[in-house]
Amino acid sequence: MSDTLAPAPDQPKAAGRSALRSLNFTPRFWVSIVLIVLVALFAFVGDMLYPYGSNQRVGSLFDEPTPQHILGTDNFGYDVVALLMASTRNSLYNGLLAGTIATFLGVFIGILAGYIGGWFEEFLMGVTNIVLAIPAIVVLILISVSIQGTNLQFLKGIIGMSLVIGFTSWPWTARSVRAQASSVATREHIDVAKLSGARTFGILLRDVLPYLASYVVMAWVLQVASAILAESTLSMLGLGPSGTASLGVELHWALAFNAVANRAWWAFLPPTAVLTIISFALLYLQSSLDEVFNPRLRRGKKKNLAKAAERRAEAARRLAAEIEAEVAP
Amino acid sequence: MTETAPAPAGAAAAPVVLAADHVTKQFRVAGGKLTAVDDVSVEFREGQVLAVVGESGSGKSTLARMLLRLLPVTSGAVLYRGRDITRIKGADLRRYWHDVQAVFQDPFASFNQFFTVGHMLRRSLQTADLGGETAEQRIERCLGYVGLKPEDAVYKYPHQLSGGQRQRVMITRALLVDPKVLVADEATSMLDASLRVSVLNVLQDLRRDLGLTVLFITHDIGQACYFADQVVVMEHGQVVEHGPTDDVIFNPQHSYTKRLLADVPNLKGSLKSQRLG
Repeated sequence: MSDTLAPAPDQPKAAGRSALRSLNFTPRFWVSIVLIVLVALFAFVGDMLYPYGSNQRVGSLFDEPTPQHILGTDNFGYDVVALLMASTRNSLYNGLLAGTIATFLGVFIGILAGYIGGWFEEFLMGVTNIVLAIPAIVVLILISVSIQGTNLQFLKGIIGMSLVIGFTSWPWTARSVRAQASSVATREHIDVAKLSGARTFGILLRDVLPYLASYVVMAWVLQVASAILAESTLSMLGLGPSGTASLGVELHWALAFNAVANRAWWAFLPPTAVLTIISFALLYLQSSLDEVFNPRLRRGKKKNLAKAAERRAEAARRLAAEIEAEVAP
Repeated sequence: MTETAPAPAGAAAAPVVLAADHVTKQFRVAGGKLTAVDDVSVEFREGQVLAVVGESGSGKSTLARMLLRLLPVTSGAVLYRGRDITRIKGADLRRYWHDVQAVFQDPFASFNQFFTVGHMLRRSLQTADLGGETAEQRIERCLGYVGLKPEDAVYKYPHQLSGGQRQRVMITRALLVDPKVLVADEATSMLDASLRVSVLNVLQDLRRDLGLTVLFITHDIGQACYFADQVVVMEHGQVVEHGPTDDVIFNPQHSYTKRLLADVPNLKGSLKSQRLG
């Protein structure tokens, strides 16, 4: 029986490194990462280097770009570049907070429904479908309007906005996570974990969630992108946070002061461009993550492909020679 | 430990450990109900190997999962040492799983690919009564039963093991908690022939040394013949024949058993006739 044992134990600690190497970081992934890092540097490091603050009045209504203020001033006379940095920062905060809340809720509800099943699943998915059937924008408008009427200061700012968006945008994630979780729940290793005495919570955390991790990361990136866009939509309609800057708020004021008719392109084009870059980078990242995690989508490096083709050709040649040798006598 | 060959008289004397009492399982499917297990009553006596044989879809795995309490029964009862455990929950159920353990069919799907073997084995021991041993000692002892050394397995991830090693690690995991009953649900069907025999021998040794009661579920009547004391033949969710292995294999009464036996490749005859011819 001992002849079927492994010949020699190889280094036990090699697994961690090989796990990282097995991920496939494609050019698409790097392009999106570079874009995201650039936006983040602009938002978080830029204002330390830039001489003007975002709440510092430096001119008057829609001053044209000058060498000191390369994108001019907005309708209140603030420097557009300084304002853009603050807005981008707030929009990123909002996206991260709202996206994380939505992903967390969606994964929590989806994984519970998918794993436990039965009437509990029917109930949770019923709730999810009801929430899904209500137009999100209507709920967002109603809640954000009522928040502006309360006395709670922190809710009126960007945090309140993020909470509202986070607590209304989880249903899609919940539905897709449920589908994935219910397929993982039928795997035999779940039965093995149960027989090992693991509790339901432990099974969800250790035996179900890791199998969904790549999917959850992708869903999170998508939620962050859509939260940033949702905030901009609301803010542009004038329902956004009061007293703070954000990309949508900038667009709102540009619209209110007829920046387009006044040909003040520097007031509305820069926030639009940043918004476009952020959502493009995040969506691109999301689609590239699919390749990073899914081995079947890997397009091998050109070098490897060429090598494999050569190997195949070599094998074919050898086979042909063998057949010939067999046929000849 | 009585280590006798299948002897019906001695078998009847051993106490019943696990029993299914008129167990039925129905699945709701589109357009009606599907009865996977239909009013089955079987008894497992201590220290015996009982094989459940049947083709795919005969309900044998469903029966095993109900005995393991991984699947709720539609009607009937599962008895462990005379106690009704059909509806126990929580801590009671975990205690039941200290006594009744299982090895499953697919040695690839049985592993959580994110954990090392050692992590998985220690997880099994979290709630177990170690009786003076450390976890490491217990793991080493149980790996020894299946012919593995800790350094061969403990630090490895499942994908670094071969199919036979994985299945033996799964047997180790089942043995860690000192079970009284082991349910082997098609435990050898995904292994190649030589490994199959080695796993069967491991189970046979364990049954002899630890007094384990084994429920062996298989579609291969040859393996059942090799290994089991008693054979239960299932067809379409019903038990069609039940008795000591020798009676069932060499004197089958039911037409389905005869058909199953006819499907076993007759090695001796065919080879001999070829060589002579």
